[in-house]
Amino acid sequence: MIRTQQLLFQYNAETQFEFPDLQCKAGESTLITGASGTGKTTLLHLLGGLLKPTSGSIDINEVDICKLSDKKLDHFRGQNIGLILQKAHFIASLSVLENIELASWLNDKTKKKEKAKELLLLLGLEKFASKLPSQLSVGQQQRVSIARALINEPKLLLADEPTSSLDDENAKIVADLLADLSQKYHAALIIVTHDQRLKERFKTTIEL
Amino acid sequence: MIAKIAWKNSWFKPLNTVLSIILLTASVAIISLLILLQKQFEKQFSSNIDGVDLVIGAKGSPMQLILSSVYQMDAPTGNINYGDAKVWMHHPFVETAIPLAFGDNYRGFRIVGTTEDYLKKYEAEITSGTIFKENFEVVLGSEVARKMNIKVGYKFFGSHGDSEEGEVHDEHAYIVKGIASPTGKVIDNLILCNIESVWAMHHHEEDAATEEEHHHHEEGEEHHHEEDAATEEEHHHHEEGDGHHHEEDTATADEHHHHEEAHDHDNDHEITAVLIKLKNKMGFILWPRLIAQNTKMQAASPAIEINRLFSLFGIGLEALQYLAYGIMLISGISIFIALYNTLKERKYEFALMRVSGASRSQLLILVLFESILLCVIGFVLGTIVGRLGLYFISTSTEENYKMAFNPFEFAGKEEGILFLTTIFVGLIAALIPAVKAYRLNISKTLANA
Repeated sequence: MIRTQQLLFQYNAETQFEFPDLQCKAGESTLITGASGTGKTTLLHLLGGLLKPTSGSIDINEVDICKLSDKKLDHFRGQNIGLILQKAHFIASLSVLENIELASWLNDKTKKKEKAKELLLLLGLEKFASKLPSQLSVGQQQRVSIARALINEPKLLLADEPTSSLDDENAKIVADLLADLSQKYHAALIIVTHDQRLKERFKTTIEL
Repeated sequence: MIAKIAWKNSWFKPLNTVLSIILLTASVAIISLLILLQKQFEKQFSSNIDGVDLVIGAKGSPMQLILSSVYQMDAPTGNINYGDAKVWMHHPFVETAIPLAFGDNYRGFRIVGTTEDYLKKYEAEITSGTIFKENFEVVLGSEVARKMNIKVGYKFFGSHGDSEEGEVHDEHAYIVKGIASPTGKVIDNLILCNIESVWAMHHHEEDAATEEEHHHHEEGEEHHHEEDAATEEEHHHHEEGDGHHHEEDTATADEHHHHEEAHDHDNDHEITAVLIKLKNKMGFILWPRLIAQNTKMQAASPAIEINRLFSLFGIGLEALQYLAYGIMLISGISIFIALYNTLKERKYEFALMRVSGASRSQLLILVLFESILLCVIGFVLGTIVGRLGLYFISTSTEENYKMAFNPFEFAGKEEGILFLTTIFVGLIAALIPAVKAYRLNISKTLANA
């Protein structure tokens, strides 16, 4: 469950973004769309705690992340927010499985190997577990990043243009997985995109 | 997990890693080798001069005298007259005086004529058999016995001089009477006998030489006699009955000569050097000048000469040490460049780790850890390689100088400092990349991805 109020972010004197209030409950999904330069990615980074807003508040499960210290925010992020980016990045030297394990280790110092394998199975990637991320296709990589985002069972799943570099088939697979898994894990799903294919798939849309 | 990432990352770019490790290994190997070499070298040298305040020997280079007589490493400066040396050996300043006479070797091990005091000075005990008593009885140093696998009762012929290829003295065989306990000092590599054995072994030669001289002399005398005879004949013409007197004269002269020879029996002999321990340390200051000015001998101080040797050595060792630290600096730069170069590619990794819940300090630690990991590997390898180097040096010095080094010794303090230096280099090299990782702006990094 996430709720924002009067979010304002100021890059500099000329550029500032005012965002409409938004609310997304566990298991629900919201699509944020808009033309380039309207602050889509900025909003996503604000929601993910990567940026601090100039003013306003972001409550995730009744915690205002804008008031958390840097260190607490890092921890909160690891525990409660799963982030899927336009281009999937990995620790290049670690295998797919290890990359997913790392996300859980960074959160609570445990490697949830079984759960990571389960997620990979769910995403149809079980046979790539010991491969390096660079050996996977872009679509497969995106699916791995979903697994990684879900390993800690976050309350909020944020996706930044998750399908923009994928073909129709993979885009559909990824969109379905995002919708199904966020429901399965009771996470609020917020997708920032300008991808028309996703607009058809998700009903709740906020236009910036 | 941080360690695992650091480890995996290091081997993800093996060339960079290997280069850094090789450089580190090389520098650590050189430095640890030098540390061990210097330490053991100084220890070996210092332990051998315990109880020797002065060495009296033939004039020449004082360092050569010390090296030859104390360390058995160099050729002797020459011989001195035993009689002359005795004047100083029995001086009231002296606590102990140990005469040394070099002559032969057996398979490269020096046979040294000396007294029992020499064993006492090195605290060597007879572990089997007895001390030498009669001529040609020898006591073996522990290393000699071990390397040659010689037992008490073994007989051998010595070769003249220092080299194994010297002329073999096959007239007299040495017989092993005893074996000394190991001391870790030069005595372990020596074969000891009494001084008379050295004289006796070479007496034959001396005899031959003097006999020949005698022969010449006699010939000359005969010649002279003939002349004498001629003049005598002339004399004969003038004076008769003088012959009796003449005969008497030669008889007394002969007698006198015999008498002198018996008296000087010891004093005519030569020895190589005397190791002196002084009771009165004034001698330490006075004797070198006194002996140099008044005799054909010199007195050298082992402590002074060895200090001189170390300071000469020190320059070379220092130069090598600077070289090694230079290599370490380069390896530090190599680590820095490797980390800095990959930072550009890895900033997404770092941003991603932050997104997954990693804190800034965890990234800082990760980068520092990668560098320190390399340094630790380099240090461990370097320590091993350095010791291998010492082992090879040791086998060669043992062959040539009978001086062995122990590669398994640890110079705790010096190597500890070296370890800390290596880690410090790693920290400095990783500092800038680590701080950059620490200060990474995740939002900006990901927005521009």
